[in-house]
Amino acid sequence: MTDATVHLGVKRRSAVSSTTLSSSVMARAIRDSFVKLDPRKLARNPVILTTEVIAVLATASTVNAFVTGASPWWALQIAVWLWFTVLFANFAESIAEGRGKAAADALRAQRVDVQAKLIIDPERGTIIPTPAYKLTAGSIVLVEAGDMVPSDGDIIEGVASVNEAAITGESAPVIRESGGDRSAVTGGTTVVSDWIKVRITAEPGNTFLDRMIAMVEGAERRKTPNELALTVLLAGLTLIFLIAVGTLLGLGQYSGVKLDPLVLGALFICLIPTTIGGLLSAIGIAGMDRLLKVNVLATSGRAVEAAGDVDTLLLDKTGTITYGNRMATEVVAAPGVPQERAMMAAVMASLADETAEGRSILELAREKFGLTAELPAKFTSIPFSATTRVSGLDTDVGQWRKGAVEAIYRLVGLNPSEVPAEVHATVDRIARSGGTPLACAQDGVLVAVIHLKDVVKPGVKERFADLRRMGMRTVMITGDNPITAATIASEAGVDDFLAEATPEDKLRLIREEQQKGRLVAMCGDGSNDAPALAQADVGVAMQTGTQAAREAGNMVDLDSDPTKVLEIVEVGKQMLITRGALTTFSIANDVAKYFAIIPAIFVVSLPALGALNIMRLGNPHSAILSAVIFNALIIIALVPLALRGVKYRAIGASKLLQRNLLIYGLGGVIAPFIGIKIVDLIVTAVGLA
Amino acid sequence: MDLPGWSEILFTIGLTVAIAFPLGFYLARVWKGESTWLDPVLRPVEGVLYKAFGVEREKSQNWFAYTISMLAFSIASFVVLYLILRFQDLLPLNPQGFKGLTPDLSFNTAISFVTNTNWQSYTPEQTVSTFSQMAGLTSHNFLSAAAGIAMAAAVARAFAANRGEGLGNFWVDLTRISLYVLLPVAIVVALVFVALGEPQTLSASAAAVGLEGGKQTIALYPTASQEAIKQFGTNGGGIFNANSAHPFENPNAITNLIEIVLMNTLSLACVVAFGRLVVARKEARALLVTMVILVTAGAAAIYWTETQPAPAMHAVHASTAVNMEGKEVRFGAPSTAVWAATTTGASDGGVNGMHDSFMPLGGAVTMFLIQLGEILPGGVGSGLYGMVVMALIAVFVAGLMVGRTPEYLGKKIEAREVKFAMLAVLILPLSILGFAAVAAVLPVALKSLANSGPHGLSEILYAYSSATGNNGSAFAGLSANTPFWNSTLGIAMLLGRFAYVVPVLAMAGSIAAKPKLEPSTGTLPTHGPLFISLLIGVILIMGGLQFFPAQALGPIVEHFQVLAAVAGH
Repeated sequence: MTDATVHLGVKRRSAVSSTTLSSSVMARAIRDSFVKLDPRKLARNPVILTTEVIAVLATASTVNAFVTGASPWWALQIAVWLWFTVLFANFAESIAEGRGKAAADALRAQRVDVQAKLIIDPERGTIIPTPAYKLTAGSIVLVEAGDMVPSDGDIIEGVASVNEAAITGESAPVIRESGGDRSAVTGGTTVVSDWIKVRITAEPGNTFLDRMIAMVEGAERRKTPNELALTVLLAGLTLIFLIAVGTLLGLGQYSGVKLDPLVLGALFICLIPTTIGGLLSAIGIAGMDRLLKVNVLATSGRAVEAAGDVDTLLLDKTGTITYGNRMATEVVAAPGVPQERAMMAAVMASLADETAEGRSILELAREKFGLTAELPAKFTSIPFSATTRVSGLDTDVGQWRKGAVEAIYRLVGLNPSEVPAEVHATVDRIARSGGTPLACAQDGVLVAVIHLKDVVKPGVKERFADLRRMGMRTVMITGDNPITAATIASEAGVDDFLAEATPEDKLRLIREEQQKGRLVAMCGDGSNDAPALAQADVGVAMQTGTQAAREAGNMVDLDSDPTKVLEIVEVGKQMLITRGALTTFSIANDVAKYFAIIPAIFVVSLPALGALNIMRLGNPHSAILSAVIFNALIIIALVPLALRGVKYRAIGASKLLQRNLLIYGLGGVIAPFIGIKIVDLIVTAVGLA
Repeated sequence: MDLPGWSEILFTIGLTVAIAFPLGFYLARVWKGESTWLDPVLRPVEGVLYKAFGVEREKSQNWFAYTISMLAFSIASFVVLYLILRFQDLLPLNPQGFKGLTPDLSFNTAISFVTNTNWQSYTPEQTVSTFSQMAGLTSHNFLSAAAGIAMAAAVARAFAANRGEGLGNFWVDLTRISLYVLLPVAIVVALVFVALGEPQTLSASAAAVGLEGGKQTIALYPTASQEAIKQFGTNGGGIFNANSAHPFENPNAITNLIEIVLMNTLSLACVVAFGRLVVARKEARALLVTMVILVTAGAAAIYWTETQPAPAMHAVHASTAVNMEGKEVRFGAPSTAVWAATTTGASDGGVNGMHDSFMPLGGAVTMFLIQLGEILPGGVGSGLYGMVVMALIAVFVAGLMVGRTPEYLGKKIEAREVKFAMLAVLILPLSILGFAAVAAVLPVALKSLANSGPHGLSEILYAYSSATGNNGSAFAGLSANTPFWNSTLGIAMLLGRFAYVVPVLAMAGSIAAKPKLEPSTGTLPTHGPLFISLLIGVILIMGGLQFFPAQALGPIVEHFQVLAAVAGH
């Protein structure tokens, strides 16, 4: 595997730094920069296409100078640097695409030709070996241990462990079974044990793997709405500068200034926004690439862009906000029972309990009381059953039980009226706070009440505070009752919650938010999430989820980590900021270029305008050449920034704008004055002009 | 420069802003169709007008219908005005016995008044009959201003809408703005002007005998009434060639103050009304502050250049006084500076001094204020929508830097809006620089120039800037009443008005249809000092980048040549 596959493949460790580019990627990028000189390829980038046209004219002018015997040296340099401007812009795009291409090649290598076991007669189970690429949606195949899943589909029968490393990079196999939310399998993954029957859901050439390849390769890359708008703006600016420069022919003639068309061409190229024009698509591709590095696959750049705009984030409580398992947080002794004994009873009752709840009781005892216990040599474990709603442990020295409060009451023969008032109060308190009370009995006597609670993940509250500063509202979605939901919501610091949520409720909530003009992001995995995922502006489906969910969302999280939404939003914002910063920088640069070129082109005929040469550039030729060289080099200089992206800081829109305006606006005005001056010093020192 | 001078400039602009607020509140009520205290008198008139013209008052038009109505009205106005001017000799109230205007002059003048430009290629008191003046020109001072304000209302409604379509009804807007805003103010101000000494008569002239015994014929007109609407509607077309430097148009310091205040206050009021209608008062205030800062800076710059002694004179110790050439001695430099800045910033075009005679940099500032797009505060209505377009561009470019796709006043700015905004903005350099570059090399055009060299180029640039910006002031020194200038300036005026506003209305249609988004803490704030600085930066850089090369060959090189010549002595 090349290192680019490593990006894609291995969880978390994937992010091999974006600055270490292998020489093969570099070589390919350089080659592609020349391939992209084809005007048909440049047509989607009006600014750079214009630059190429002027470069061609400059070349013609150089050739003409050779033919007529005039000194072609200076014209040649201008022409060469104009070509470099185009090449640098192409290179920026190629290098951004490069990593994706390498990743795609690696993926393609994995897509070996599989012979699928096509079931043509489900009644009798007749099987015909068929090449995977001939499978159409609706066909049913058998996949047995050791087989590669030939295409995407849903399991209709069976259960199997599947190695999905090819897609997710996670080598531990996962369980896939028919029915429920874990029924989807992906082409290219391998069944490790057992067998499954799969109904194929993808048409040939449109499988998840195919789309993944297309996405990382950028073949399906379309301009996003904002990119489109920005391209329009840049094209408009190009036209404005065409007018401003073109009309100098007439105005100059009136003023007795002889204007060399080559000089006007150079001025024109310096003024049009070549910097952002050259880097625009690289920024977009790099954004997708950054997502890929956190193992998120977006089906369109549009979705990434929308992520930056998200106002409301819908989060499933379970797994995102809380651990998803209830955990013991306190053990309250019954009246007359010493705390130590109550705790010990809870521990004994849970010793044989392998569930997370049981583990959490042992954990609590160890952490808070330093209590540990070993299973005795002889014991009988009483497993939990839905009818008794009680579990426990029998040993030679005693019996311990824990379970639903009512069930334990019954077990120890207490009428609800006989329950001590303190116990009643504790049970009530726990229930009201949204927790689950469990009762614990030792040898038929009620000894303790255990408080089980949904525990909020550490750090979640801080992340939500960050989100609020970014301008996002978080809404927690849960199947819990409103009381439990409210407790968790206030603990986690979400802005709102939706309790006892059905899929219809989710969909309605999204629609309501959108009606108010907000953009909504959500993540989900179940089939019943599909409508909501489709309705949301940014729908992140979990890779472990159902085929329906994965189809409905516009992003797939290969790690199936719902908190990933936050990273997605950041990547979206980063992409937009980078675009804005470089556009501002590009336009602000023009001020200095005017002060370099305008005096240079007029000073011979109108010496008074020499006063505008505030940079004190060597001579008219060196001034123009320096501006052109600076204009080309700045593209290359900014490639790392375009690929890395301008950092997003959750400091509020106003502060962020102020900061970026200072750096890229004011900085954009000042930087070229210094840059052009330096280039001019070199150009004159070396004697280039 | 002295304290009284600065105080005068600041007082004048401050007074303008102070009046703009109540006027804006009132204008918002008129836009919304709410009741006003003029209702008892004007409601019945309004009703009769709607009935007579078959206007369905409640029917809101989409952007296309609104635009078509506006264009139809303008075309009809143009045709009628053209015929009045062309055949004024056949029409009544021609006590002076003037002939009909030539075809090219009629074309130019009709467009000029329909587009709220009031460029005058002719000497009015020697060309235009009283009937042409009153029925033709003055009436369009009302209607073209009302049309401009109507379009601003349409743009405001677009931002207020939530997935809406209607931008209001052009005919209702036109009627209500004329009836409730322009007419009452014009009547009151005209009476004030009469009281302050401006003539208001239908007689052609007064005979007078000068001190030396020579007989004079002094032209008279219903001046006060024209003067009121000339300024209030940012028209600027004078009755007399000297415009507001003429003692009948501007008899004293008080009329001078009133006229300056009048030519800016309604444009600013449109911004205030916009804030009310869109429920974005802070954002509208930011636009208003931007306008005021820039126009004040313009006035300050002119005050500075025009209070310098002319370098050449200074060098030979001939005079150390300020450069008074082209300035009305009654008003002095500060009054001229603030007038020059506001008349060019406001797309008014009336003058009380001759910009041609300013120092080169003073002339450059007046020209630049026009080239920035007539948004400071610009023509009535047109200044507002021009400023909104600039705000959209500023938000689009810089707004991305907060990490969201850009939105302004709760509306997302996408490719369609950017396209229309750029189409509109493109018109300025295309028309100004395009025509100037052609005129600069055509002998037929150059014949009209009084000066050669950079100053002549400034005259050309100024003329097309003024026409395209629908300003109407002249740099003087250019004899524009020739077929070439009349027709090209006419086309420039057309482009500056309609090729600009049609994309803006199309943009409004697209904006109206969008959902109105709620702001969050992540939204780019579009009020406050940061946004104002951003907007000022974008306006200056965009304007500067477009016009710096041309200005360099005109006033800027002239400035350095003057300095160099002096240094060479």
